[in-house]
Amino acid sequence: MRFESAPSELFALVRHRVHEAEGPGRRSFALLQAARHTEALIWIIPGHAPHQPMLRGLPEGVGERLHLIRPANETDLLWAAEEALRSEGVGLVIAEPEKPLSLIAGRRLQLAAEAGRTTGLMLIREGQGSNAAETRWHCTPIAAERRDSTLHQWALIKNKRETLRAWTVHWNGKTAAVDPVSAACKRHEPAETSR
Amino acid sequence: MAAADARAICPELITRPADLAREAAALAGLRRWAGRYSPMVARDGPDGLIADISGVPHLFGGEAEMRADLHARLERVGLTLSSAIAETRGAAQALARHGGGILPEGAAKEGIASLPVSALRIGSDVAEGLARMGLNRIGDLTDLPRAPLARRFGPALVLRLDQALGLQPEPVSPEADAPYFGVRLTMPEPIGLEADVMSGLARLLDRLCSTLAQHHRGARRLRLELHRVDRETAQVEIGLARPMRDPERIAALFAKGVSQVEAGFGIEALRLVAHVTEDLPPEQIGGPRTIDREDALADLFSRLGNRLGFDRVLRLLPAASKIPERSFLVAPAAYSAAESPPPHRGPDRPIILFPPELVTTKGLGQPGHPPARFAWRRMSFTTLRADGPERIAPEWWFDDPAWRSGLRDYWRVETQEGPRLWLYHTPQAPTWPAQSWFAQGEFA
Repeated sequence: MRFESAPSELFALVRHRVHEAEGPGRRSFALLQAARHTEALIWIIPGHAPHQPMLRGLPEGVGERLHLIRPANETDLLWAAEEALRSEGVGLVIAEPEKPLSLIAGRRLQLAAEAGRTTGLMLIREGQGSNAAETRWHCTPIAAERRDSTLHQWALIKNKRETLRAWTVHWNGKTAAVDPVSAACKRHEPAETSR
Repeated sequence: MAAADARAICPELITRPADLAREAAALAGLRRWAGRYSPMVARDGPDGLIADISGVPHLFGGEAEMRADLHARLERVGLTLSSAIAETRGAAQALARHGGGILPEGAAKEGIASLPVSALRIGSDVAEGLARMGLNRIGDLTDLPRAPLARRFGPALVLRLDQALGLQPEPVSPEADAPYFGVRLTMPEPIGLEADVMSGLARLLDRLCSTLAQHHRGARRLRLELHRVDRETAQVEIGLARPMRDPERIAALFAKGVSQVEAGFGIEALRLVAHVTEDLPPEQIGGPRTIDREDALADLFSRLGNRLGFDRVLRLLPAASKIPERSFLVAPAAYSAAESPPPHRGPDRPIILFPPELVTTKGLGQPGHPPARFAWRRMSFTTLRADGPERIAPEWWFDDPAWRSGLRDYWRVETQEGPRLWLYHTPQAPTWPAQSWFAQGEFA
């Protein structure tokens, strides 16, 4: 007897595959995915990159599970990503390659993710992905009309299994839950209270 | 004697500061060597050794021959020594420091009678007190009644006297040797194949790991020395992300280093040393799956650390500071434990932090408020709304060059174009106002 699989959660990445995210809001998208995984997290940032995640701004429960790897060059970065994907103790591997991912590199990462039963997310620059990726997301933060709203536009621009779509969501960067905003870009919310 | 007095007597005197740590290490080495005379050897003060040689001298042909052998061997390596053999520890100790020699059994009392009282391991004040009473030799004390002696000079003097005469026991307690975690393997024929070296290493690791398990220790760093036929030595060193004594998992880490070793005419001996070890008490295994996962993660960090360097495998730890750059520490994951950050209160913090980048302002805004239009990383932005300011003052007890410009007013700026940035300006900096805006972070 086979059970119908539960309808997949919105923005849930297919497990044991490698995905790609691009655009200026890609790190927010990565942190949402990090908050949704319960196991150890690996974030591979090139050693010379000036930025790093700030512990106090991360979503709840991410800070103590996050491990940073700062490899010295691109080869080491890809090697570290492959090793981390191949390890069974890791839930999600986030890597920021600087050069375009070749088909060979993308395919190796897919095989490693399948072998280690982990999920990968490559934060690439625009147009530098590889064809081996399971899905590719274009993420941009967008301005909100209201003060307490942090809107993101997350568009699926490549998908090996299903159709492409774009969502506008409200995600405040603190929890694992997101609110999709309806097509008219009005958030479901109670009427404004009088002061 | 004070150094000044000594130099006055002998102006050509050469003096050097005492290196107590190295002296103690040398004495410990000598103690290990002295194990050839007796299994019971202990250090005696900072400059002496005491050995219990009951039942041993006949192996060397008698007490006199044994002492002569000791002197001959130590003089050959250039050490000057003085030694004594007596039936009690106190008598031997006193005699060794005042001439040396051998006291036959039953002659301890007469043998030490002529030594000064200070040889009894008593304080200098007690020795002075005795001298004032006219009691200069140990022989003067032995026949005196004990009770008045103890009342005037304390029980310590009587105890030392009784120990020297054998009326009170004083055993020698040898200290345990620190366990040594090193094994070696000598081959009958030189080997050169990588597979052969790895199988030799597997044998060594089995022996080393069982020694580690006996002492409840785990290796943290290991060094494999490969001695070649032409007397060259190659070394392979690995680090582990946490203490470990599992032979197969350690052998896997050596594979890369061993493959790079030049075998030359062949390798004839292997030596494996765990030179850094840590406590690793036995643990319950076969429990929940988290232990497997932790093991897998530790293996991953060992692999990453051995290729990239352990300082590139990091973890974020909370720190108590309001300064954004110092509000968290980036520590090597192999040498720190995860800590959950305290719940965050107060204004929001960005998810990404970078060193301050100058923001080019366009047009004049309200003074002290974020500019209406600005450019950052060659992109131009229009401010939609700004939250702030949050004023952060530099830590006066910590002189940070980046914070010499004084106070900072942080604003969370939402832009028409989308990105939500963390901008600050420095009201105290004596610069042109248009140059005092910087971006330091990006919000979700």
